[in-house]
Amino acid sequence: MSDFGITAFGAYVPRMRLDRGAIAAAHQWMAPSLRSLAKGARAFCNWDEDTATMAVEAARDALVGTDRTQLQALGFATTRPPYADLQASAIVAGALGLPRTLRTIDGALGQRAGTSGLLAALKAGERSLFVASDAPRGKPASTQEMTYGAGAAAFVLGSENVAARLVGAGSIAANFASHFRPEGEDFEYHWEERWVRDEGYAKLVPPAVDAALAQAGLQIGDIAHFAMPSPIRAIAAAVAKQLRVTGELVDGLEDGCGYAGSAHAPLMLARALETAQPGERILVVSFGQGVDALVFEVTDAIAAARPARGVSGSLARGIVTDAYLRMLSFEQGIELEWGMRAEKNAKTALTEQYRSGGQIDTFDAGACGSCGTIQFPQLQYCVKCHEPGSGFTAVSLVDAPAKVMTQTSDWLSYYPSPPLFGGFVQFDNGARLQMEMVDVGPEGLELGMPLEMVFRIKEQDRMRGYSRYFWKATPKLDGKKD
Amino acid sequence: MATGIKDKVAIIGAGCSKFGERWDKGSPDLMAEAFEEALADAGIERKQIEAAWFGCYGDAINVGNSSIPAATALRLENIPVSRMENMCATGTEALRGATYAVASGAVDIALAIGAEKLKDTGYGGLPPAFKGTFNDLWMPMVSAPAGFAPLADGYRTRYQISREDLKRAIAHVSWKSHQNGVHSPKAHFQKAVSMETILNAPMIADPLGLFDCSGVSDGAACAIVTTPEIARALGKKDIVSIKSLQITTSSGRETQMSEWDGSYVPNTRNAAARAYAEAGITDPRAQLSLTEVHDCFSITELVTMEDLGLSDDGQAVRDVLDGKYDRDGAIPCQIDGGLKCFGHPIGASGLRMAYEVYTQLLGRAGPRQLSNPSMGLTHNLGGVPYQGVAAISILGLL
Repeated sequence: MSDFGITAFGAYVPRMRLDRGAIAAAHQWMAPSLRSLAKGARAFCNWDEDTATMAVEAARDALVGTDRTQLQALGFATTRPPYADLQASAIVAGALGLPRTLRTIDGALGQRAGTSGLLAALKAGERSLFVASDAPRGKPASTQEMTYGAGAAAFVLGSENVAARLVGAGSIAANFASHFRPEGEDFEYHWEERWVRDEGYAKLVPPAVDAALAQAGLQIGDIAHFAMPSPIRAIAAAVAKQLRVTGELVDGLEDGCGYAGSAHAPLMLARALETAQPGERILVVSFGQGVDALVFEVTDAIAAARPARGVSGSLARGIVTDAYLRMLSFEQGIELEWGMRAEKNAKTALTEQYRSGGQIDTFDAGACGSCGTIQFPQLQYCVKCHEPGSGFTAVSLVDAPAKVMTQTSDWLSYYPSPPLFGGFVQFDNGARLQMEMVDVGPEGLELGMPLEMVFRIKEQDRMRGYSRYFWKATPKLDGKKD
Repeated sequence: MATGIKDKVAIIGAGCSKFGERWDKGSPDLMAEAFEEALADAGIERKQIEAAWFGCYGDAINVGNSSIPAATALRLENIPVSRMENMCATGTEALRGATYAVASGAVDIALAIGAEKLKDTGYGGLPPAFKGTFNDLWMPMVSAPAGFAPLADGYRTRYQISREDLKRAIAHVSWKSHQNGVHSPKAHFQKAVSMETILNAPMIADPLGLFDCSGVSDGAACAIVTTPEIARALGKKDIVSIKSLQITTSSGRETQMSEWDGSYVPNTRNAAARAYAEAGITDPRAQLSLTEVHDCFSITELVTMEDLGLSDDGQAVRDVLDGKYDRDGAIPCQIDGGLKCFGHPIGASGLRMAYEVYTQLLGRAGPRQLSNPSMGLTHNLGGVPYQGVAAISILGLL
């Protein structure tokens, strides 16, 4: 097999966490049995996060040290695209500043979209970026509401410094409707778990795994890490037992993340890669109207390929809340009284958005060609020396070190997650602008606090269903593992 | 070399409607209320007005754009009427337009009128502003208080003042204005409020609580201007003349460069320097009898005392707490209650301030009359401290 595979990877899990006990408590009056699932916390998207923004953050984690100009393709997988017809991969590529010549493709509407898309990208053999990002929604008081979560995993594929190479793969296609979600519906309709377990997992997974192992020329005993999501409780352990897996069962990320749909198997692969040693093999299995089984072999390059944050870093960054209605409101599961201020017309001039692309997508400040002053936004003349802006050089602020200069918490403006934190952000390179600050933990904001930039929904146009995106500042955390 | 407008133009009549929640009156009613007072005060007839400037900020909740609503409301026939909008500096801008018209000799008598109907929105506070198709893509959608609140951080950082000390000083700013509002029958709020109430009010945008924010009111104010010679010819004995009218607008330095530390309002300092030069003021602390400044939020007034050179930098907290700007202090500020208590119908505010200074200079202020004032300053701050418009007028007895 040619030397092609995963050269880098990254992950993102939203920082918002809801204690599952709070969900169970809210439904105690009508569904007391949910108590049995009330362990740990699940992740949920902040009001301004969606599968596109999570994909950007996971990709940024993965792309550190990668020459983005060399990427030929971007694949994106989700079951919850921001739009039915507007390519999320183009939004993601724009925010990442990927080359114009990029081939973008949004993948598959099923639970296996993450593994199928990754497999396709690996088979294509191009230098590419693949991101699976998902935020499945569970109906209030459903098992899914308790077990679901959100997150994204990203993989850079190439032939230099391959850290994990695909050595075998097998797939099964089956019209096995364990669940379905009609077009335009919020929630899935699930069939009985026992049937899914006995007729689905137990009978469909083994042949896919056998095929993958056969292609790799390996036995199940050669697998050091078995990564299979458990959207049904303990299903991974049961399948592992059936397959006679002797290796480690990779953490199912139930605590701190929760089942992240089509991104979950990729997240577990990323999690396994964070600890796997050179020479070890990882078996990744995902299930959904069939099965994908992928066998990876880890190389010596793995140490250099590990991301700053990754899955474990993401899990360590939670901001835990017990406000169940907050999650419900963010998911548009409940219509709260936001007052007349929320009636604001948030129409985006798509013409303006396109012609301002670099400034909005990749947060490009301009460095004056005459005096060197770095400034955002880039206007017609330099703010300092008044030389024409045509002489500016773009300087992205996305990864530029910055600090809180001034801040306030605004309780008056309409904001889906009050208060609205805002203030001046001073970049070390001299740029300065007023920004929204998000994911502010209970510790609040302090003057001089280091900040990092995150790609988020700037404003939602609820009348037309359009979200405009921009960068926001958030307190900088050390994403490295302890 | 330009000579400026000092003493070239006099105010011969001023009017101000009752400010407040004028549920039973629309903008045209409020304009008429102020206009009739000014006409009577000037002792002229409507037809003697040769040009007019109409200031109004938010057409979406008001009378619609253009000058037509004012011309129609006041039946200003066959004269040029201009529409002026420059955020909270709108009223002073209208006065500047009328003043320049008279100073240039283009007309003999001109009217400046500002009006705003804020209580037709259905909620408290100002409506969210549209910032432009480009700015909406990146600027945070913060409210007005959240735009001004960070002044507190900038100020505290620069002068190493504790959160508590600054909070007490800005509370005194509002306390003082409420004390003054008691004697201001046209004011929106005419009740004294205790320091305890102010300090414990609900937070709007940290550190600004409810009483750190100005009133949101309906109202109109106007001024009729002419030359001092015509004023005398009309029989005016005490003549209130315009010593200076200056406006400066942000070019983006504060927001885009790292030189500004957030502790002051550069625009106000620039406008003040220009205004003092035009008026020939060399020692504002000695020469100004009173000020009406843009206390949209208490922190703004505190910082403005330094920006106008009335307090040394870093000393406004002490001066405010010492009562320097109280009604019996060295330079009373907001003797009519200010934006805080008189109210803040945006397009009218600059003209309301001019109305108060004019009234004080003529000794007509009744229970709130100051003793022998000779010169007063008005100050508006449109937009936000870091991106806005500062307007200053200086009025004095000729």
